[in-house]
Amino acid sequence: MSAAHDHHHGPAKGLSRWLYTTNHKDIGSLYLWFSFAMFLLGGTFALVIRAELFQPGLQFVEPNFFNQMTTMHGLVMVFGAVMPAFVGLANWMIPLMIGAPDMALPRMNNWSFWILPFAFAMMVSTMFMEGGGPNFGWTFYAPLSTTYAPPSTTFFIFAVHIMGASSIMGSINVIATILNMRAPGMTLMKMPLFVWTWLITAYLLIAVMPVLAGVVTMMLFDIHFGTSFFNAAGGGDPVLFQHLFWFFGHPEVNIMILHAFGVVSAIIPTFARKRLFGYDSMVYATASIAFLSFIVWAHHMFTVGMPLAGQLFFMYATMLIAVPTGVKVFNWVATMFRGAMTFETPMLFAIAFVVLFTIGGFTGVMLAITPVDFQYHDTYFVVAHFHYVLVPGAVFSIMAATYYWLPKWTGYMYDETLGKLHFWLSFIGVNLLFFPQHFLGLAGMPRRIPDYALQFANFNWISSVGGFLFGFSQLILLFVVIKCVKGGKKATDQVWEGAQGLEWTVPSPAPYHTFETPPDPKLIHAQ
Amino acid sequence: MLSKAKLWLSLALSTLLFWSAGLHAAWDLNMPRGVTQMSRDTYDLHMTIFWWVVAIGVVVFGAMLWSIINHRKSKGVKPATFHESTKVEIVWTLIPFLILIAMAIPATRVLTAAYDTTESELDVQIIGYQWRWEYRYMRDNMDEEEVSFFSVLATSREEINNGVEKTENYLLEVDRPLVIPTNTKVRFLMTSADVIHAWWVPDFAIKKDTIPGFINETWVIVEEPGIYRGQCAELCGMEHGFMPIEVHALAPADFQAWYEEQQAGVRQIRELAAAEMTMADAMAQGEQIYNRNCVACHQPGGVGMPPVFPALVGSAKAIGDTAVTMDTLVNGVPGTAMAAYGRQLNPIELAAIITYVRNGFGNSAGDVVQPADVNAYIQEGQ
Ligand code: HEM
Ligand SMILES: [Cu+2]
Repeated sequence: MSAAHDHHHGPAKGLSRWLYTTNHKDIGSLYLWFSFAMFLLGGTFALVIRAELFQPGLQFVEPNFFNQMTTMHGLVMVFGAVMPAFVGLANWMIPLMIGAPDMALPRMNNWSFWILPFAFAMMVSTMFMEGGGPNFGWTFYAPLSTTYAPPSTTFFIFAVHIMGASSIMGSINVIATILNMRAPGMTLMKMPLFVWTWLITAYLLIAVMPVLAGVVTMMLFDIHFGTSFFNAAGGGDPVLFQHLFWFFGHPEVNIMILHAFGVVSAIIPTFARKRLFGYDSMVYATASIAFLSFIVWAHHMFTVGMPLAGQLFFMYATMLIAVPTGVKVFNWVATMFRGAMTFETPMLFAIAFVVLFTIGGFTGVMLAITPVDFQYHDTYFVVAHFHYVLVPGAVFSIMAATYYWLPKWTGYMYDETLGKLHFWLSFIGVNLLFFPQHFLGLAGMPRRIPDYALQFANFNWISSVGGFLFGFSQLILLFVVIKCVKGGKKATDQVWEGAQGLEWTVPSPAPYHTFETPPDPKLIHAQ
Repeated sequence: MLSKAKLWLSLALSTLLFWSAGLHAAWDLNMPRGVTQMSRDTYDLHMTIFWWVVAIGVVVFGAMLWSIINHRKSKGVKPATFHESTKVEIVWTLIPFLILIAMAIPATRVLTAAYDTTESELDVQIIGYQWRWEYRYMRDNMDEEEVSFFSVLATSREEINNGVEKTENYLLEVDRPLVIPTNTKVRFLMTSADVIHAWWVPDFAIKKDTIPGFINETWVIVEEPGIYRGQCAELCGMEHGFMPIEVHALAPADFQAWYEEQQAGVRQIRELAAAEMTMADAMAQGEQIYNRNCVACHQPGGVGMPPVFPALVGSAKAIGDTAVTMDTLVNGVPGTAMAAYGRQLNPIELAAIITYVRNGFGNSAGDVVQPADVNAYIQEGQ
């Protein structure tokens, strides 16, 4: 059989290696590089926004182009940068963590990656079409995104379909891998938390992606085939759009953060040299957050005029999410407590994650309080909230993961000084960028506006300065990664003194094929 | 220990607030307390929750910082080996739960009050359009002398494009503000003519979406006469950032006087619409209307932004058959951003703007459309 044959040679040479690869490590790298490219692209859009908002008045772009920037920034970052990064990490790490030779469905794996560049090329190309690209926000509320949308919306819909297909295939692969390919002795309750969070979110993705596909298909029908799902003049219901979108959207934002929880739960114990506190409760908390994420969607819609009973239900349910989220934070702190900590770059990012994500959680609880949300909703306060959970939250966790596993991927240690420089500039930049946005929102600045009243001028320029600092700091990350791929101090197999888990039992760099025979069950410890 | 931390924090924050208030209003850090019972309740709720999360933050971040300082390898500590404690875990599940209940109770009370739209003394309909608001007073005699008008951004394009100095209420000023009486329960009935907008005045703590096909309700009792400003909060297309809200709250007697003046105005326009308009008049008035209502899409000089916003220079709809121009202006073009101005402008204004697009920017249809023609056209359509 070919497996025996494969065994004797490494990857194919040249471009075909990447095009035809079914190797989980290659596909993981493809996802991660793709994600980084999208991160820079989405970041460029963000810098256009921050440049325009540096001062009151219109300086650089037209309002319509500004709207395309906010829309594309959100779509590219959520679907192009954050999600693929976690799929990349899953590809690289899940087989290594559970002692499997590869993902369960390697050909589908290749396919689910390679359709993504086409989806994004199509989506970005809409900006060059007549009438411009999507300009209705990443939440694309109807009827702004149907009856009143630019003609390119059809391409946007198609792109969303492809992204959804990619996500669903990726999720099926993850579930099949985790459920079927664990090494003997790797029981469910011994799996690293990153594997657990992926298992749970993969189910979430399979549940909600079809809803997203459904809602964009309904848009397609409204635009081209004369239906009126969301068109009030034809008896349709614009609010239905929002219910469907957020039934997908809220689980989606939770998916992004649950992965991050998994990463941080791996890194903190390593650098605290102490077992993760409350492993079981971490698993249960993940499951409860996933469950609750299905029944809170309408907290994004407190101003649409739901009946009082509905408002109360969604308020209480949303507040409940703070309980399992709190458990997670307390467990991380308890893990650090009485450990023996060192502060290498991954740990710095992980600690910053815990603090800044928690701040985002705090504003989340505030936003959950319906009558006060009337004031916060659709202002920069919400923008600050979700950027705190997504940037120093999800994105920092991805960076932490990159620094943490990079030696295992490349076989070399990265440049610690540059890593720390990257961390500190990002940390300062991100807070300068987003903290003042809380004040802007409270003082009354709506989101998604290209120009603003004079009283918002000061915090906007501070925020813009932070934005440019944060944005340009990411070039350091690019440099560190390239440098590390090319060479450096040889990494040991163990890499980090306190690291636990099967991925550290294989050589550094991890060979092209690993765990072709299952690992020794004695190597598998409770987490 | 907790209350001490709270004390220090509030001291620090109030110093900061005080210092910044002295400097410039532009350093506003917090939500306005507002001018209604509702807005004060909202503000108090906001502050209560804020202090709760600050207290939790102090405990959690404090424990973390303490560990970071003391439990580092460089100090030669040996890591402990504990990794679970059912007791502790139950405690830190229950405590947040109790805190949440403590927050939910006042929140429920305030929300329930906000939903009580009964017993209003004045009803005003608010209709969102791309990109202006319409206010209609729903009073007994509204059929004959309906007081209703559109409210459009009054800041000039030159200010926005940095041609001239920006003035104090930059982007927060309108041509015709909504006027309401103080100490009166005013109910707003909100809907939209095109996409979803949201009507928001922070000082009232009211934000509600205006949705096509739906009527949302909310209410306000303003206690202090004054001028209150807000903005559209829901992304509604290109000019979303340029559809502010301005509300003038007047003492009830002043409000009544204003209202009667408006009714007189309605009668007067009806009479004026019978008079003849000259080309010069129409062009002058038309230009003003163009710069206020049309220029955002069709651009200065009528060059448009094709293909979404067509040019008016040489456009067949502008210089061809008068009836076609009239139809476009009065009824709009359904399914596009071109709004129906039949209700937004009065017949005199409509006549002027139609004449202007037919004869401005080098177009030369040559005819002067009269208010009476417009009236006849509208009547015919009904
Ligand atoms: C304690 C946990 C959280 C609570 C209680 C919470 C609550 C809320 C609420 C009520 C809103 C709606 C605000 C409004 O539009 O008026 C909101 C918005 C949002 N939240 Fe959270 N949140 C939490 C955590 C998170 C996490 C972990 C993420 C993602 C990683 C997240 C991402 C978002 C996003 C993206 C939005 C805004 C979406 C938009 O309108 O564009 N939140 N959150
Ligand atoms: Cu949500």
